[in-house]
Amino acid sequence: MITLVQLLILSGALFSIAVAGIFLNRNNVILLLMCVELLLLAANFNFIAFSRYLNDINGQVFVFFILTVAAAESAIGLAILVVLFRERRSINVEDLNTLKG
Amino acid sequence: MLIQVLFHVFAVILLLAALGVISARNPVYSALALVMCFITSAAIWLLIEAEFLAVVLVLVYVGAVMVLFLFVVMMLDINLAELRKGFTRFAWLGWITAAALIVEITGVVWARGGLGGAIDAHRSVVAPLPADYSNTLELGKLLYTRYAYPFELAAVLLLVAIVAAITLTMRRRTGLKQQDISRQVAVRREDRVRLVKMDAEKRP
Repeated sequence: MITLVQLLILSGALFSIAVAGIFLNRNNVILLLMCVELLLLAANFNFIAFSRYLNDINGQVFVFFILTVAAAESAIGLAILVVLFRERRSINVEDLNTLKG
Repeated sequence: MLIQVLFHVFAVILLLAALGVISARNPVYSALALVMCFITSAAIWLLIEAEFLAVVLVLVYVGAVMVLFLFVVMMLDINLAELRKGFTRFAWLGWITAAALIVEITGVVWARGGLGGAIDAHRSVVAPLPADYSNTLELGKLLYTRYAYPFELAAVLLLVAIVAAITLTMRRRTGLKQQDISRQVAVRREDRVRLVKMDAEKRP
Protein backbone atom coordinates (compact mmCIF):
# COMPACT_ATOMS: atom_id res chain seq x y z
CA MET A 1 0.00 0.00 0.00
CA ILE A 2 1.32 3.41 -1.00
CA THR A 3 0.47 6.12 1.47
CA LEU A 4 0.00 9.81 0.77
CA VAL A 5 3.01 10.63 2.94
CA GLN A 6 5.35 8.52 0.82
CA LEU A 7 4.19 10.21 -2.38
CA LEU A 8 4.42 13.70 -0.90
CA ILE A 9 7.94 13.07 0.40
CA LEU A 10 8.99 11.62 -2.95
CA SER A 11 7.70 14.66 -4.79
CA GLY A 12 9.30 16.95 -2.22
CA ALA A 13 12.66 15.23 -2.72
CA LEU A 14 12.30 15.50 -6.50
CA PHE A 15 11.43 19.19 -6.18
CA SER A 16 14.43 19.95 -3.97
CA ILE A 17 16.81 18.07 -6.27
CA ALA A 18 15.52 20.18 -9.15
CA VAL A 19 15.99 23.38 -7.12
CA ALA A 20 19.56 22.30 -6.32
CA GLY A 21 20.03 21.67 -10.05
CA ILE A 22 19.03 25.25 -10.85
CA PHE A 23 21.71 26.50 -8.44
CA LEU A 24 24.34 24.08 -9.76
CA ASN A 25 23.84 24.59 -13.49
CA ARG A 26 23.03 28.27 -13.52
CA ASN A 27 25.26 28.82 -16.56
CA ASN A 28 23.70 26.30 -18.91
CA VAL A 29 20.30 27.29 -20.29
CA ILE A 30 19.49 23.77 -21.53
CA LEU A 31 19.98 22.30 -18.08
CA LEU A 32 17.90 25.08 -16.55
CA LEU A 33 15.03 24.10 -18.85
CA MET A 34 15.45 20.45 -17.85
CA CYS A 35 15.35 21.39 -14.16
CA VAL A 36 12.12 23.32 -14.79
CA GLU A 37 10.68 20.14 -16.32
CA LEU A 38 11.66 18.26 -13.17
CA LEU A 39 9.98 20.89 -10.99
CA LEU A 40 6.76 20.55 -12.98
CA LEU A 41 6.97 16.76 -12.69
CA ALA A 42 7.18 17.06 -8.91
CA ALA A 43 4.12 19.34 -8.93
CA ASN A 44 2.26 16.80 -11.06
CA PHE A 45 3.10 14.11 -8.50
CA ASN A 46 1.31 16.10 -5.83
CA PHE A 47 -1.72 16.68 -8.04
CA ILE A 48 -2.04 12.97 -8.84
CA ALA A 49 -1.42 11.89 -5.25
CA PHE A 50 -4.17 14.10 -3.89
CA SER A 51 -6.48 13.27 -6.78
CA ARG A 52 -6.17 9.57 -5.98
CA TYR A 53 -6.33 10.13 -2.24
CA LEU A 54 -9.50 12.21 -2.36
CA ASN A 55 -10.93 10.07 -5.17
CA ASP A 56 -11.56 13.22 -7.17
CA ILE A 57 -10.52 13.05 -10.80
CA ASN A 58 -10.46 16.84 -11.29
CA GLY A 59 -6.85 16.86 -10.11
CA GLN A 60 -5.81 14.62 -12.98
CA VAL A 61 -7.39 17.04 -15.47
CA PHE A 62 -5.13 19.71 -14.04
CA VAL A 63 -2.10 17.46 -14.56
CA PHE A 64 -3.21 17.13 -18.18
CA PHE A 65 -3.22 20.92 -18.60
CA ILE A 66 0.11 21.27 -16.82
CA LEU A 67 1.62 18.77 -19.25
CA THR A 68 0.24 20.77 -22.18
CA VAL A 69 1.58 24.09 -20.93
CA ALA A 70 4.96 22.54 -20.07
CA ALA A 71 5.28 21.08 -23.56
CA ALA A 72 4.48 24.46 -25.13
CA GLU A 73 6.91 26.16 -22.77
CA SER A 74 9.80 23.84 -23.55
CA ALA A 75 9.15 24.11 -27.32
CA ILE A 76 9.30 27.91 -27.23
CA GLY A 77 12.21 27.86 -24.79
CA LEU A 78 14.26 25.62 -27.06
CA ALA A 79 13.36 27.78 -30.09
CA ILE A 80 14.61 30.86 -28.24
CA LEU A 81 17.73 28.89 -27.30
CA VAL A 82 18.43 28.02 -30.93
CA VAL A 83 18.03 31.66 -32.01
CA LEU A 84 20.24 32.74 -29.12
CA PHE A 85 22.96 30.29 -30.08
CA ARG A 86 22.81 31.53 -33.68
CA GLU A 87 23.31 35.12 -32.53
CA ARG A 88 25.92 34.64 -29.81
CA ARG A 89 27.52 31.24 -30.53
CA SER A 90 27.04 30.50 -26.82
CA ILE A 91 24.29 29.50 -24.41
CA ASN A 92 25.98 30.75 -21.30
CA VAL A 93 23.64 32.76 -19.08
CA GLU A 94 26.46 35.17 -18.21
CA ASP A 95 26.71 36.25 -21.85
CA LEU A 96 23.11 37.47 -21.79
CA ASN A 97 23.78 40.97 -20.53
CA THR A 98 22.33 43.15 -23.31
CA LEU A 99 19.61 44.51 -21.03
CA LYS A 100 21.98 45.17 -18.15
CA GLY A 101 21.93 48.84 -17.18
CA MET B 1 3.30 -5.80 -0.48
CA LEU B 2 4.59 -6.22 -4.04
CA ILE B 3 3.24 -2.79 -4.92
CA GLN B 4 5.06 -1.32 -1.93
CA VAL B 5 8.36 -2.91 -3.00
CA LEU B 6 7.91 -1.76 -6.60
CA PHE B 7 7.10 1.74 -5.43
CA HIS B 8 10.29 1.95 -3.40
CA VAL B 9 12.40 0.58 -6.25
CA PHE B 10 10.96 3.08 -8.72
CA ALA B 11 11.25 5.93 -6.23
CA VAL B 12 14.94 5.22 -5.68
CA ILE B 13 15.57 4.99 -9.43
CA LEU B 14 13.65 8.25 -9.94
CA LEU B 15 15.69 10.15 -7.37
CA LEU B 16 19.00 8.74 -8.66
CA ALA B 17 18.06 9.69 -12.21
CA ALA B 18 17.12 13.18 -11.02
CA LEU B 19 20.53 13.49 -9.38
CA GLY B 20 22.03 12.33 -12.66
CA VAL B 21 20.16 15.07 -14.53
CA ILE B 22 21.60 17.83 -12.40
CA SER B 23 25.15 16.49 -12.10
CA ALA B 24 25.99 14.90 -15.47
CA ARG B 25 28.98 16.40 -17.26
CA ASN B 26 27.42 16.19 -20.71
CA PRO B 27 23.94 17.62 -21.48
CA VAL B 28 23.18 14.54 -23.59
CA TYR B 29 23.53 12.35 -20.49
CA SER B 30 21.34 14.80 -18.59
CA ALA B 31 18.64 14.46 -21.22
CA LEU B 32 18.85 10.66 -21.10
CA ALA B 33 18.63 10.72 -17.28
CA LEU B 34 15.57 12.94 -17.62
CA VAL B 35 14.01 10.33 -19.92
CA MET B 36 14.67 7.78 -17.15
CA CYS B 37 12.95 10.13 -14.66
CA PHE B 38 9.86 10.36 -16.82
CA ILE B 39 9.67 6.61 -17.38
CA THR B 40 9.94 5.77 -13.67
CA SER B 41 7.41 8.49 -12.87
CA ALA B 42 5.03 6.93 -15.36
CA ALA B 43 5.55 3.58 -13.62
CA ILE B 44 4.74 5.12 -10.24
CA TRP B 45 1.63 6.76 -11.69
CA LEU B 46 0.59 3.35 -12.98
CA LEU B 47 1.05 1.95 -9.47
CA ILE B 48 -1.30 4.56 -8.02
CA GLU B 49 -3.78 3.89 -10.83
CA ALA B 50 -3.56 7.04 -12.90
CA GLU B 51 -3.16 5.04 -16.10
CA PHE B 52 -4.07 7.61 -18.71
CA LEU B 53 -1.64 10.21 -17.44
CA ALA B 54 1.14 7.62 -17.18
CA VAL B 55 0.68 6.77 -20.85
CA VAL B 56 0.46 10.45 -21.81
CA LEU B 57 3.65 11.16 -19.88
CA VAL B 58 5.57 8.51 -21.80
CA LEU B 59 4.07 9.45 -25.18
CA VAL B 60 4.27 13.23 -24.91
CA TYR B 61 7.36 13.68 -22.78
CA VAL B 62 9.61 10.79 -23.70
CA GLY B 63 8.30 10.65 -27.26
CA ALA B 64 8.17 14.33 -28.15
CA VAL B 65 9.62 16.80 -25.66
CA MET B 66 12.74 14.85 -24.78
CA VAL B 67 13.45 14.10 -28.43
CA LEU B 68 13.24 17.85 -29.03
CA PHE B 69 15.69 18.42 -26.17
CA LEU B 70 18.08 15.82 -27.54
CA PHE B 71 17.88 17.35 -31.03
CA VAL B 72 18.72 20.80 -29.70
CA VAL B 73 21.51 19.51 -27.44
CA MET B 74 23.12 17.63 -30.30
CA MET B 75 22.58 20.41 -32.84
CA LEU B 76 24.30 23.12 -30.83
CA ASP B 77 28.05 23.08 -30.67
CA ILE B 78 28.49 23.92 -27.00
CA ASN B 79 31.73 24.59 -25.24
CA LEU B 80 31.24 22.43 -22.16
CA ALA B 81 34.32 23.55 -20.26
CA GLU B 82 33.12 27.17 -20.42
CA LEU B 83 29.70 26.22 -19.09
CA ARG B 84 31.06 24.09 -16.25
CA LYS B 85 33.30 26.86 -14.98
CA GLY B 86 31.10 28.12 -12.17
CA PHE B 87 29.74 24.69 -11.34
CA THR B 88 30.94 24.45 -7.76
CA ARG B 89 30.84 28.12 -6.86
CA PHE B 90 27.23 28.18 -5.70
CA ALA B 91 26.88 24.42 -5.22
CA TRP B 92 26.86 24.73 -1.41
CA LEU B 93 23.99 27.22 -1.61
CA GLY B 94 22.06 24.84 -3.86
CA TRP B 95 22.58 21.88 -1.57
CA ILE B 96 21.65 23.90 1.53
CA THR B 97 18.46 25.11 -0.15
CA ALA B 98 17.60 21.59 -1.25
CA ALA B 99 18.29 20.16 2.22
CA ALA B 100 16.20 22.87 3.87
CA LEU B 101 13.33 22.22 1.45
CA ILE B 102 13.33 18.47 1.95
CA VAL B 103 13.59 18.79 5.74
CA GLU B 104 10.72 21.26 5.83
CA ILE B 105 8.47 19.23 3.53
CA THR B 106 9.19 16.01 5.40
CA GLY B 107 8.65 17.75 8.71
CA VAL B 108 5.30 19.15 7.69
CA VAL B 109 4.07 16.00 6.01
CA TRP B 110 5.51 13.27 8.18
CA ALA B 111 5.90 14.59 11.70
CA ARG B 112 2.43 16.04 11.95
CA GLY B 113 1.00 12.89 10.43
CA GLY B 114 -1.64 14.83 8.65
CA LEU B 115 -2.36 18.05 6.88
CA GLY B 116 -4.57 20.02 9.19
CA GLY B 117 -6.47 17.24 10.91
CA ALA B 118 -9.07 16.37 8.30
CA ILE B 119 -6.63 14.42 6.14
CA ASP B 120 -5.00 11.27 7.49
CA ALA B 121 -1.83 11.23 5.42
CA HIS B 122 -0.83 7.71 6.46
CA ARG B 123 -3.80 6.16 4.68
CA SER B 124 -3.32 4.41 1.34
CA VAL B 125 -3.78 6.69 -1.67
CA VAL B 126 -5.36 3.95 -3.73
CA ALA B 127 -8.99 3.81 -2.71
CA PRO B 128 -10.85 0.68 -3.81
CA LEU B 129 -12.48 1.20 -7.20
CA PRO B 130 -15.20 -0.84 -8.93
CA ALA B 131 -13.96 -3.55 -11.29
CA ASP B 132 -15.21 -1.87 -14.47
CA TYR B 133 -13.73 1.53 -13.60
CA SER B 134 -11.87 3.16 -16.47
CA ASN B 135 -9.55 6.03 -15.68
CA THR B 136 -9.46 7.15 -19.33
CA LEU B 137 -13.24 7.12 -19.62
CA GLU B 138 -13.72 9.17 -16.48
CA LEU B 139 -11.07 11.68 -17.53
CA GLY B 140 -12.59 11.96 -20.99
CA LYS B 141 -16.05 12.54 -19.58
CA LEU B 142 -14.79 15.40 -17.47
CA LEU B 143 -12.52 16.82 -20.15
CA TYR B 144 -15.25 17.07 -22.78
CA THR B 145 -17.97 18.40 -20.48
CA ARG B 146 -16.86 20.59 -17.62
CA TYR B 147 -13.40 21.36 -18.99
CA ALA B 148 -14.35 21.62 -22.67
CA TYR B 149 -13.51 25.32 -22.88
CA PRO B 150 -10.11 25.06 -21.12
CA PHE B 151 -9.39 22.04 -23.29
CA GLU B 152 -9.90 24.12 -26.44
CA LEU B 153 -7.81 26.90 -24.94
CA ALA B 154 -5.02 24.37 -24.38
CA ALA B 155 -5.28 23.34 -28.03
CA VAL B 156 -5.00 27.01 -29.11
CA LEU B 157 -2.03 27.41 -26.78
CA LEU B 158 -0.27 24.52 -28.49
CA LEU B 159 -1.03 26.05 -31.89
CA VAL B 160 0.42 29.38 -30.77
CA ALA B 161 3.49 27.55 -29.47
CA ILE B 162 3.97 25.83 -32.83
CA VAL B 163 3.67 29.13 -34.73
CA ALA B 164 5.99 30.90 -32.28
CA ALA B 165 8.63 28.18 -32.40
CA ILE B 166 8.61 28.05 -36.19
CA THR B 167 8.70 31.81 -36.72
CA LEU B 168 11.49 32.16 -34.18
CA THR B 169 13.76 29.59 -35.75
CA MET B 170 12.97 30.20 -39.43
CA ARG B 171 15.58 32.21 -41.25
CA ARG B 172 15.70 33.42 -44.81
CA ARG B 173 19.12 32.96 -46.32
CA THR B 174 20.24 35.47 -48.93
CA GLY B 175 21.27 34.25 -52.35
CA LEU B 176 19.06 31.21 -52.24
CA LYS B 177 17.32 30.25 -55.51
CA GLN B 178 13.68 29.60 -54.86
CA GLN B 179 10.28 29.90 -56.50
CA ASP B 180 8.11 32.93 -55.87
CA ILE B 181 4.68 31.52 -56.58
CA SER B 182 2.77 34.81 -56.38
CA ARG B 183 5.06 36.46 -58.93
CA GLN B 184 4.73 33.43 -61.20
CA VAL B 185 0.96 33.59 -61.04
CA ALA B 186 0.76 37.36 -61.46
CA VAL B 187 2.87 37.46 -64.62
CA ARG B 188 1.14 38.76 -67.79
CA ARG B 189 1.73 38.02 -71.40
CA GLU B 190 3.08 41.53 -72.12
CA ASP B 191 5.88 41.10 -69.58
CA ARG B 192 7.29 38.01 -71.17
CA VAL B 193 6.42 37.75 -74.89
CA ARG B 194 7.83 40.19 -77.47
CA LEU B 195 6.88 39.78 -81.12
CA VAL B 196 9.59 40.87 -83.51
CA LYS B 197 8.86 41.67 -87.16
CA MET B 198 11.74 40.91 -89.46
CA ASP B 199 12.37 39.94 -93.04
CA ALA B 200 12.77 36.32 -94.00
CA GLU B 201 16.38 35.22 -94.37
CA LYS B 202 17.60 34.23 -97.80
CA ARG B 203 19.32 30.88 -98.24
CA PRO B 204 22.92 31.57 -99.27
